[in-house]
Amino acid sequence: MAMSRRQRARAVRGVQYAVLVVAVVLLVVLADWGTIRHAFFNMEAASTQFPEVFTSALVNTVIYTALGFGLGLGIGLVLALMKLSSVGPYRWLATLYIEFFRGIPALLVFIALGFGVPLAFNLRFDIYSTAAIALGLVGSAYIAETLRAGIQAVPPGQIEAARSLGMSQTRTTITVVIPQAFRIILPPLTNELILLTKDSSLIYLLGLTRDEFELAKFGREGLNTTNSLTPILLAGLAYLIITVPLGYLSRYLERRTGRKQDEGLKVTA
Amino acid sequence: MSDVIVEVTGMHKAFGSLEVLKGIDLSVRRGEVVCIIGPSGSGKSTLLRCVNLLEEPNAGKVVVNGFELTDPDVDIDKARRTIGMVFQSFNLFGHLSVLENLTVAQRKVLKRDAAEADRIARDNLKRVGLLDKVAAMPSQLSGGQQQRAAIARALSMQPAVMLFDEPTSALDPELVGDVLAVMRQLADEGMTMLVVTHEMQFAREVADRVLFMDDGTVVEEGPAANVIGQPRHERTRSFLHRVLNPVHATEA
Repeated sequence: MAMSRRQRARAVRGVQYAVLVVAVVLLVVLADWGTIRHAFFNMEAASTQFPEVFTSALVNTVIYTALGFGLGLGIGLVLALMKLSSVGPYRWLATLYIEFFRGIPALLVFIALGFGVPLAFNLRFDIYSTAAIALGLVGSAYIAETLRAGIQAVPPGQIEAARSLGMSQTRTTITVVIPQAFRIILPPLTNELILLTKDSSLIYLLGLTRDEFELAKFGREGLNTTNSLTPILLAGLAYLIITVPLGYLSRYLERRTGRKQDEGLKVTA
Repeated sequence: MSDVIVEVTGMHKAFGSLEVLKGIDLSVRRGEVVCIIGPSGSGKSTLLRCVNLLEEPNAGKVVVNGFELTDPDVDIDKARRTIGMVFQSFNLFGHLSVLENLTVAQRKVLKRDAAEADRIARDNLKRVGLLDKVAAMPSQLSGGQQQRAAIARALSMQPAVMLFDEPTSALDPELVGDVLAVMRQLADEGMTMLVVTHEMQFAREVADRVLFMDDGTVVEEGPAANVIGQPRHERTRSFLHRVLNPVHATEA
């Protein structure tokens, strides 16, 4: 008996569900739960991690990331405007910078900054400055491209209208282009921030004292002292505590600025 | 100040190898309403955009309100303050309310204080019949309302001349009338206007002078009654025939 299109679709979906259920059941039956619990959900090991995992490690990760993102946003905006400039050398310089820092692993930047620069120039930064510069250099290359795309997505008519009213190019950029580009770049910019949060784990390369540990390093120290993977799991959860709300915040801001544009804004008379 | 507000002489403009304007001369006196008509691709919008230097002419001279725009040393931002521009696609600032659209350039460019900018903005919104929309965002307005707000925005700078680039072409037919009424009222108040339009009735009733452009040149120029009523050139006649009788356009 031939099946109709809908019957066939239903049958295929039924098979998919059945396979999924079998896989889960097999996993549950075959897994060695005792070992897994000991390795990943070891309460004793977990208890050694509190409260520093939040009060110190998570705070440090946030600080390193925020410093790096702040610097990256500043450099990135300058680079984006350079890339859009009518002056050739500005564009070339910006392109060179972006291609370079986007193309090399963040790891190398950290090593260069942590060991190369102090040796070569006899310069020594504190850990916060080094973190900010390294993450800023890496982040700015990506942020610059995001900002450039956002600025270019603002309709040319908006710029023509502003220029026709006698606004200079700079005034137009500040008053008309950047505020409208903001909404466009919010989601990709959140992505950059999340990536940077994770890249901040590379700071361990610089050699950290115990109260400078960020989440990943803190987790690994925990792994060494407790012989359990539980601290790593905790560190991972702590990252999610930072990154998941960022996603929601971005969507909230996007909706709010969207509503301001779509539904009207209260103007004080 | 001279009585001529806009003076264009020998203007040429090409985009790459495409020659769009092939030697245009045009002058608009104070208080005059000049309509430019012609088929699409004839260069009329480009001509208008050259008058406030949104497009840079390749040759020729543009003098507006005493500013020689084609002089490389001209303060173009200062010159543009006196030239109002209304676009086919309105181009209200999407992130600002209607009132802010009208005050932002007054504040940032003319450095007027908040109270004065606000007062002038409201006066102009009243002029175009949108006083009840001060707090609205552009996206909440109909096309016709957006275009009237855009006109009020340009007027808030108190320009010496207003340029209109097909201001009703993007509107639903039933909204065209409101915008044309505002423009007619402006003309009656003595505003100097240069209007690129397909609205033949508006040109006939409001314009002091009509230019018919085709293929980058001014083919015919004169009072509306002559150019639209009794065109002398074959090209003008065939264009008007097509525009005024679109259903029978192909019948000679």
